[in-house]
Amino acid sequence: MIRKMLQSLGEYLLLMARTFQRPERMRMFLKQYYKEMMALGINSVGIVLLISLFIGAVICIQIKLNIQSAWMPSWVSGYTTREIMMLEFSSAIMCLILAGKVGSNIASEIGTMRITQQIDALDIMGVNSASYLILPKVAALVSFIPILVTFSVAAGIVGAYCTAYLANIITPADLTLGLQHSFTPWYFWMGVIKSLFFAFIIASVSSYYGYNVKGGSIEVGKASTSAVVSCSVLILFSDIFLTQLLS
Amino acid sequence: MIAVENISKSFDGRQVLHDISVEFLNGRTNLIIGQSGSGKTVLLNSIVGLHQPDSGHIYYDGRDITVMSKKERTMLRREIGMLFQGSALFDSMTLLENVMFPLDMFSDKSYKERKARAMLCIDRVNLLGSEYKHPAELSGGMQKRAAIARAIAMEPRYLFCDEPNSGLDPKTSLVIDKLISEITHENNITTIVNTHDMNSVIGIGENILFINNGAAAWQGNSKEVLTSNNKMLNDFVFASEFSKQLRQDILANIH
Ligand SMILES: Nc1ncnc2c1ncn2[C@@H]1O[C@H](COP(=O)(O)OP(=O)(O)O)[C@@H](O)[C@H]1O
Ligand SMILES: [Mg+2]
Repeated sequence: MIRKMLQSLGEYLLLMARTFQRPERMRMFLKQYYKEMMALGINSVGIVLLISLFIGAVICIQIKLNIQSAWMPSWVSGYTTREIMMLEFSSAIMCLILAGKVGSNIASEIGTMRITQQIDALDIMGVNSASYLILPKVAALVSFIPILVTFSVAAGIVGAYCTAYLANIITPADLTLGLQHSFTPWYFWMGVIKSLFFAFIIASVSSYYGYNVKGGSIEVGKASTSAVVSCSVLILFSDIFLTQLLS
Repeated sequence: MIAVENISKSFDGRQVLHDISVEFLNGRTNLIIGQSGSGKTVLLNSIVGLHQPDSGHIYYDGRDITVMSKKERTMLRREIGMLFQGSALFDSMTLLENVMFPLDMFSDKSYKERKARAMLCIDRVNLLGSEYKHPAELSGGMQKRAAIARAIAMEPRYLFCDEPNSGLDPKTSLVIDKLISEITHENNITTIVNTHDMNSVIGIGENILFINNGAAAWQGNSKEVLTSNNKMLNDFVFASEFSKQLRQDILANIH
């Protein structure tokens, strides 16, 4: 078990060493980079906005109805909503969700290329297949994730305002007061920095699982599942360390 | 010319290739024939360096691929075109993008010149009119032809084809065989084709290696296949009663 994990780690590091090499052709890299930006980044905006909107609303409702009581200042609900969204939800939890969406997508795409010999075809042409396939994905996701984090925080706040304006659970004035209460910009940057690490984990670990598929379509399915599970676990563990480190 | 010397290869302790030595000639369609599972794919993959053989040497016109550095090997690979058993076209790209891919990657020519070269290759395999289709929209035979176009885009000196006829009807198979054979002669390429298709053997085989259970069992050309008395070879090439009868008739005519 431990031996197998060490072996996987070794394989992963070797793959990364092959991945992080100067692309043979910049124009091919940029073409792939643009494509992955669309596929992994732009295509995730919708789900990020949707989930963040609802979570922002739900956190606000929960705090207001179930936690806030008479002796607490009225800004507590808005304040807590903002901090939860910025500190954890829009980085760690959102990346867990993206691990499911993007991770399985990457693993099955590369895995299918492996079993249909498209990766062999690249190797035979003398193309560094790891760098050609994986580097644009890692670069695209890592460079796009700050935008997703920003969108997520914003959508969460919009969600909170929905509870105020549409459901009258909290007064807009209280909410605004809370959202602006002792704002620490660093908390936002902390979420962004953490998300960069998580994005790297999602793109590289899923690529590793896809790249090493052996067999047929069943193995592609298994690789895709393993990729999501491993990414999630790694995100959770690294979240603890990163939070400690950055706080 | 590609010279293979004493190649052996095992997987998990099971020996798949037994000490094979053979020479593949320039400007000829060289065939590797043998039953399913006899080790044709492993031999071909060892020759191109997708597998590292356990022992032996492989010389590409004198250059030994088994002792090359990674960099030298990458450079050599730019002289190689390969046709995979399942075509292995990039399914996210159109036919034109597939054929242009090696040029985009390695050629310093302008976009216009690269496109012109790709269109020439597409024309050569008679696929003009389909250049903006994706692989999934092409029939099996068209996919094979598209893969040939991609393989010859960089004007390779060596062309490898792993079962180019698998999954094709006999008529389409003939088209593919003819294409491979013509391209080989036009461009003086060293071509190696894996096949278990009797029509290919008789049709385009100029230098045939028969392997049986991973060992070289016979070598000759397509005429010699007909007249050979090698029992294993005859059992393989003339497997059906019909073809056995055919062979008898041909032999009777010759004598
Ligand atoms: N990567 C591999 N790992 C283990 N065994 C393999 C591998 N590739 C091929 N083999 C074995 O080698 C033998 C020859 O296979 P192959 O060369 O694919 O036959 P074919 O002549 O049909 O192309 C088979 O018995 C196969 O099981
Ligand atoms: Mg085979």
